[in-house]
Amino acid sequence: MVGRNTTGAHYGLKDWLVQRVTAVVMAAYIIIFAAVYFVTFPQDYFSWSYTFQSQWMRIATLLFFLSLFWHAWVGVRDIYMDYIKPTGLRLGLQVVTILVLIVYAMWMIQILWSV
Amino acid sequence: MLFRIYRYDPDKDAKPYTKEYEIELRSTDRMLLDALTRIKEMDDSLSLRRSCREGVCGSDAMNINGKNGLACITPLAGLKSPVDLRPLPGLPVIRDLIVDMSQFFKQYHSVKPYLVNEEPAPDTERLQSPKDRDQLDGLYECILCACCSTSCPSFWWNPDKFVGPAGLLQAYRFLADSRDQSTSQRLDNLEDPYRLFRCHSIMNCVDVCPKGLNPTKAIGKIKDMLVKRMV
Repeated sequence: MVGRNTTGAHYGLKDWLVQRVTAVVMAAYIIIFAAVYFVTFPQDYFSWSYTFQSQWMRIATLLFFLSLFWHAWVGVRDIYMDYIKPTGLRLGLQVVTILVLIVYAMWMIQILWSV
Repeated sequence: MLFRIYRYDPDKDAKPYTKEYEIELRSTDRMLLDALTRIKEMDDSLSLRRSCREGVCGSDAMNINGKNGLACITPLAGLKSPVDLRPLPGLPVIRDLIVDMSQFFKQYHSVKPYLVNEEPAPDTERLQSPKDRDQLDGLYECILCACCSTSCPSFWWNPDKFVGPAGLLQAYRFLADSRDQSTSQRLDNLEDPYRLFRCHSIMNCVDVCPKGLNPTKAIGKIKDMLVKRMV
């Protein structure tokens, strides 16, 4: 095993904190979404579409998905750090993951504002 | 009682194997170590570490029926036969149940497990209020048996980079000490995606600790201190 300088890299706290905060945002959205669902009880495309036409619902949903993607990024990077040892492969996978999440985010915005 | 023990002597064996021992327990055999001593009388080629035989030195940590523990304080009555005994997982095996703990102690030393205080030493000892002293309960009792760190998958995957539960418990033991003056350097030393943040709070360490300590809680407190320092 290679000896590593036994001092902190002075980062890592932010990622850990982000994972906690985004989890709280997602939990809050799930409660809001459940409340909206049981109050309006949308049955068809038009009532679903109506639910998501209100600006605050769109913004809440946007916050939820951005939290989900950021949360997923921290989690997936953790998995890469544990199991993918070759630097090149790990960096490649990280870049692909970031690009995929950015595409998802843009796609999600397009869907949200088109219904 | 039937025992199935992991055997490996790198000088003689091409690969590890399991050897079975059937022994008749006597009324005085209470702990697993008693049975192991009896097996050792039958087959003196079996190697294991043991010293205080009362759960204080931490020498005879091993994997007992799949769970890490100290042989000397594991009652035979509570064990299901056959008893599977293996060395602590994740560390290189020197022979039979003896593992090379260098990596474990390297991580322990990396947290500077001693009081750092630049003030000249007083004539008597450095005093603490009873309240400050209480902060060290549940931390100072660690005997460094390595049951916790070797049950932690994060330590298995990154033993050279992740401090591990035992080392982090000791790191917090000195962070929590009112006499220590090195809080900031200690936190700098731990703020790292590997050294501290490989802990994902799965609590295997809490599950196996033979002294009933809670490294996950200590790690949480270190994270709290880092957050307080940042926000």
